[in-house]
Amino acid sequence: MFSTLILSGGLLSPNPGLIFWTAITFLLLVLVLSKVAWKPIVEALNEREKNIQASIDRAEQAKKESEKILAEVKAERAKAQVEADKIVGDAKAYAEKVRAELLEKANAEARKVAEDAKADIELAKQRAMMELKNTVADLAIEAASKIIQHNLDAERHKELIAGVINELETVEK
Amino acid sequence: MEYFLRALSAIRSSKVLVLLKGLPIAAVVVMMSCAFVLADTASSDVEGNAHSEEKLDVIHHVTDGNTLELEPFGEIHLPTLKIGDFDISITRHVVMMWIASLVLLLLFVSIGNTYKKMKPTHAPKGLANLIEVIVDFVRIDIVKANIGHGYERFLPYLLTVFFFILTCNLLGLIPYAATATSNISVTFTLAVFTFIIIQFTMFKEHGIGGWLAHLTGGTPWFLWIIMIPVEFLSMFIKPFALMVRLFANMTAGHVVIVTLIGLIFVFKSWFVAPAAVAVTLAMYGLELFVAFMQAYIFTMLSSLFIGMAAAHEEHH
Repeated sequence: MFSTLILSGGLLSPNPGLIFWTAITFLLLVLVLSKVAWKPIVEALNEREKNIQASIDRAEQAKKESEKILAEVKAERAKAQVEADKIVGDAKAYAEKVRAELLEKANAEARKVAEDAKADIELAKQRAMMELKNTVADLAIEAASKIIQHNLDAERHKELIAGVINELETVEK
Repeated sequence: MEYFLRALSAIRSSKVLVLLKGLPIAAVVVMMSCAFVLADTASSDVEGNAHSEEKLDVIHHVTDGNTLELEPFGEIHLPTLKIGDFDISITRHVVMMWIASLVLLLLFVSIGNTYKKMKPTHAPKGLANLIEVIVDFVRIDIVKANIGHGYERFLPYLLTVFFFILTCNLLGLIPYAATATSNISVTFTLAVFTFIIIQFTMFKEHGIGGWLAHLTGGTPWFLWIIMIPVEFLSMFIKPFALMVRLFANMTAGHVVIVTLIGLIFVFKSWFVAPAAVAVTLAMYGLELFVAFMQAYIFTMLSSLFIGMAAAHEEHH
């Protein structure tokens, strides 16, 4: 019943005239729309897609570059820090060395000065002792000669000896 | 993702969602009433012409004809044309196709001009933007996704098919209009175009040897006696399925709508009217969805078949 209804109504029977018109209409539509709409729209979409992709790429590139630069700057800074530390360390070491050297030199000089002074003093002392010995010997010889020259009595003895002692005292003074 | 968001916001702002919520109940009612009415019409056939003036001819509403029926304002008789024995009359569905073409031409000429005027790196506004979303959806998510490399060649055909079917489907929902895509001759022609493109692509990409080789399905020679008929049939079944799917979907929806409205006249009761109108409204919501769905499916399957024909071995 239902199937006869469909077939009798021409629902499933193809109509050549309609196929003809559909083909013509559709083909014309494809041709016109391709030219009028699809070409400009799809071209614009492609263009925009490319543009967006290019922007993303450029941003990515810029990001990579800035990261690279940042890394470089960081490395350079670290290097500079190390160098500065080294310079300061070197300077400190050098200063320490110079200080030690100077101190050593000063100490040595002081010691030398002290030793020289000691030696001078010793020398002077020896010289004085020598002189004293000579003087005592001369005096003894003089006193002996004087004793021998004069007749010796007790009184005279005493005076002579006193006189020599006095003389000695004045010399020592 | 972008399309879904845009489409979702569009749906949320419209009433379509509200209409769709009643669908499960509506479907049951529709099926029952459909069966009832068809039984009734059939029995009145058997009874003869006793009350033929009350007969509800559902099929008449979805078939082609030589008149534009504008009841109660009368009807327009369309001219009959003949070249020899070949009938090329301008029928109702031809007129509907021309109206659809006119709508598409007006729409796309103005949008095309918008694109020619603006900088390509800027997005268009308003209607052009809306259409661009659909064009880009067809371009990327249907055509490129199914064909892959070299998809640009098929874009003009597939975009036109999509918008042509969509417009015909939507125009069919307007009162007094008819649905050209519910005519098997129309869907046949569109399917033939897809068939030609599939075969042409396969010849171009693989040569005659490749075309013959695909008939064997890559099986050893002793299976060829089975494979060659199977592959040969499948060559025709693909476009045949395209043809029947679009035709049946568009016809069925309209049959159901006509039937539902027909319920009022069958029962001759005012009480049936609110229920019938309510369910018809739900069906209209569904039909609106189906109009997009079928345009999408025809384009998607065409792309899929073309993609399969164009694919080289390394793509499998």
